[in-house]
Amino acid sequence: MLLNVKDLKKSYAGAEGSVPVLRGIDMEVAAGDTVALTGESGSGKSTLLHLIGGLDIPDEGSILLDGKDVATMDDAARAAVRRSGVGIIFQQFNLIPSLDVAANIAFQARLAGVYDRKAAGDLAVALGLGAHLSKYPEQLSGGQQQRVAIARALAAKPKLVLADEPTGNLDEATAAEVMDQMLALVGQTGAALVMVTHSPHLAARMQRQLHLQSGLLA
Amino acid sequence: MTWTGLSALLSHWRRNPLQLFTLVAGLALATALWSGVQAVNAEARASYDAAAATLGEGQYDQLLPRTGDTIPQETFIALRRAGWLVGPVTEGRLGDVRLVGIDPLTAPGGLGPVGGGGEMDLPEFLAQQPVFANAATASKINRLIDAPVVIEPSIAPDTAITDIFVAQRLLDAQGKLSRLIVAPQQPLGRLPLADVAPDLIRRAAQGGSDVGRLTDSFHLNLTAFGLLSFAVGIFIVHGAIGLAFEQRRAMVRTLRALGMPLGRLIALMAAELFVFALIGGLIGVFLGYLVAASLLPDVAATLKGLYGTEVSGTLQLRPSWWLSGIAISVLGTGFAAAGALTSIARMPLLASAQPRAWATARGSRRRIQIAASGALLVTACLLALLADGLVMGFGLLGCLLVGAALALPLLLDAFLRLSQHLAKAVTAQWFWADTRQQLPGLSLALMALLLAMAANIGVSTMVSSFRLTFTGFLDQRLASELYVSTESPEEARALEQFVAPLVTEVLPLLSVEAELAGLPAELYGARIGATYRDNWVFLDEAPEVWDQIANGSAVLVNEQLARRAQIWVGDSLTIAPELSLPIVGVFGDYGNPIGQAIISEPLFATLHPNVRATRFGLRTDTPVALRTALSDEFGLPAQSITDQSQIKAFSLAVFERTFTVTAALNVLTLSVAGFAIFMSLLTLAGMRLPQLAPAWALGLTRRRLGQLELIRAVVLAVLTAVLALPLGLVLAWVLLAIVNVEAFGWRLPMYVFPGDYAVLGLFALVAAILAAAWPARRLARTPPADLLKVFANER
Repeated sequence: MLLNVKDLKKSYAGAEGSVPVLRGIDMEVAAGDTVALTGESGSGKSTLLHLIGGLDIPDEGSILLDGKDVATMDDAARAAVRRSGVGIIFQQFNLIPSLDVAANIAFQARLAGVYDRKAAGDLAVALGLGAHLSKYPEQLSGGQQQRVAIARALAAKPKLVLADEPTGNLDEATAAEVMDQMLALVGQTGAALVMVTHSPHLAARMQRQLHLQSGLLA
Repeated sequence: MTWTGLSALLSHWRRNPLQLFTLVAGLALATALWSGVQAVNAEARASYDAAAATLGEGQYDQLLPRTGDTIPQETFIALRRAGWLVGPVTEGRLGDVRLVGIDPLTAPGGLGPVGGGGEMDLPEFLAQQPVFANAATASKINRLIDAPVVIEPSIAPDTAITDIFVAQRLLDAQGKLSRLIVAPQQPLGRLPLADVAPDLIRRAAQGGSDVGRLTDSFHLNLTAFGLLSFAVGIFIVHGAIGLAFEQRRAMVRTLRALGMPLGRLIALMAAELFVFALIGGLIGVFLGYLVAASLLPDVAATLKGLYGTEVSGTLQLRPSWWLSGIAISVLGTGFAAAGALTSIARMPLLASAQPRAWATARGSRRRIQIAASGALLVTACLLALLADGLVMGFGLLGCLLVGAALALPLLLDAFLRLSQHLAKAVTAQWFWADTRQQLPGLSLALMALLLAMAANIGVSTMVSSFRLTFTGFLDQRLASELYVSTESPEEARALEQFVAPLVTEVLPLLSVEAELAGLPAELYGARIGATYRDNWVFLDEAPEVWDQIANGSAVLVNEQLARRAQIWVGDSLTIAPELSLPIVGVFGDYGNPIGQAIISEPLFATLHPNVRATRFGLRTDTPVALRTALSDEFGLPAQSITDQSQIKAFSLAVFERTFTVTAALNVLTLSVAGFAIFMSLLTLAGMRLPQLAPAWALGLTRRRLGQLELIRAVVLAVLTAVLALPLGLVLAWVLLAIVNVEAFGWRLPMYVFPGDYAVLGLFALVAAILAAAWPARRLARTPPADLLKVFANER
């Protein structure tokens, strides 16, 4: 099993004490799986994704990624997971504004030491970015910026891709187009995909749908 | 990974070259001002040390004549025969050059260019009898003397050293010695000085050069100015680093999200800043060299005029100086960046990546700022009331300046909040609210302006007060129209008889070196007349002060003696064995390093019957005619008669030179502060679009927005200038009443110069207008498409 999450709990400090966000999540994702995480705002979808990606630390439970528990790792080890183990696609793109498109795509792969110029170039072409490689993020549309973020995540050859509402900032037509490209490319690389989405239509395109409600998988 | 991370970090600067320029320029300017002033100080001190090393000033005990200027050669021979290991020195002036003659056989080891570290050995020196001087001095004296001149770079500026017999011949002073240098090791059993040479007095070594001590006040002020300028520069660097880090928060978050370890990231950012600090430091040292090279001639002239010390007018590149310049740049950057790096280290990975304005004084941060400012200002007040010592004086300065700088944004915010509350028109309300919103981003630049202006007001008040006081002091001390020096007591007696019918008063200058209240001092005998009664002003005095002095029943002391011995009017001072007199007055004696006491001439004659005056002040309504008559009657050379008006004119010219230095530093510091505002506005301009776009969309034209940007900068600068005035005056008070007293033992009265402050305020206004003009113009020309982008959720 690529990902094995057991009894995962997480609370945040609120004005009136601790607010539980995840109350005990159990989930498994096999290599090549595509999973949709749905739920209302505040149900804990993004928190779960952040914990799996090593961006945050759980209060309890374990997250076995490729057999290693992300939950008990120190900061440096979690950084290594983010570099090499997962590819994260954010809703806000989070590109580096001072690097051009080519450098942004190559960035994580370079950090992970797996950069392949040809593969990155192919990804860019496949995502329709071939003509924009020397442009800077501010010169691109939202859809183009999200394609760069997808290319960046996939260029690092992760076993698991985590996407946090990747089309949340895009119009419907662009969202559909970006989604098609992302699913096709993830499928080609053989990586698993866990995607947070509000859209039932997009969720339906995944192999499995998990619904979060009040911090628990329904 | 390291290189990939570094390339991402550096890409920020590639895309924001202006910000990089701000950072490096801020560092360079800060270092330039600091190292420029340090270079001037170092050069001057090196000159004193060269003088001390070659002439033994301060290093060895010396024997000096109790009266007059010379020691007979026979006295020297008598001392040597009595077992005293002393070396004779004869000195005088050849044009501008101080010619010093030493005896290499008897001079203490290492003194002068012979033996010690010098180039020439003793037989060669004795055979050739050359004159040693540095290259500049050699070119001056070559045509004046017939002896061979050997260039020796270590010799002090405008000083030449030679064998004593050569010096006596060149100075026409055969058989006359100026002083005797006492070797540190003396044989036991030698006869006491009082038995062999009762006319000589021994002055103890002072562990440093006399001139160094005299000019410390001047250098302390320059150093304080350099430090303040550096502080202003560091505010710029702090602002630039802070803004750069704020703008890179999103990038830092992304880098971490993509797997860059936090420690590596911090190390890379620190390394990046270290490189910038080195570059800025190197440029700063170069600029500082230019500043110092342009200031040094004026400083040299000032020091020469004020204290008679020779300082080289040209600058040497000393490794200690440029290394310290670069070190201060690196340390300053580290200090300025520490907060930003800590903030990055503590920033949660999932924190909002939206850039927030730097140093937003809100919430807990605002409370901390209020508390820190209050604590520092209260500490400053406590130090002013309770503390003693120079370190405490500087501690007070630091608390005062930093506390006031921290308080500035809070005071400005309060003013802007009030203005917003009082504004009626909607545009005015928006203007004040928007100015408040922009304040955090401009705070550091405004703090820099506050410090620069306060430093200018403080230092110029101090220098102007010094000038005013010194001019008054000259009027008091140089009341006589002519000063005449005679060669012998006989000539002095004849001169007194000759001038009696021609002058209104004759004032003999009678003095001996003495130990008063356990301190080395000078005792003067004064002929009390109208001159003293009409001209002298006291810091404190008893009633009928001059009557008591004239009848020999009291004594006056200078401020230095009063403060060091902790005596004042009403106390007693022992001026001779079994003679203790009440102190009836304390007088200011600016620039004099040692204590002084004054008694009446008859009492002085009783105590020191062998001391005769050879110098006189003459009061006359016809100085030119009297001068001619004296020259005709006694054949006195021109240098024996000094015209008071010449001395005053010369002294005032010296102060003009001092002002040139101060004014240059003022302009430089203000320019740096203006640059800080300019850079802050320019950097903020891009971040301002989201704030300005709504106002534009609602009907304010871009031109109007540009005008309001300009007005905003001017309003903030004027407010800062208004607040800088009291701070500057307090700074001046601290420098004059605390630091100066602790450092030098005398206190200068403080005067205020409203005209000067108004001009300074005008300069600040012009600096603010110049700084804001370009950013405002850019804003007025912002393409509407750029403003529209603010409203686009998606592009």
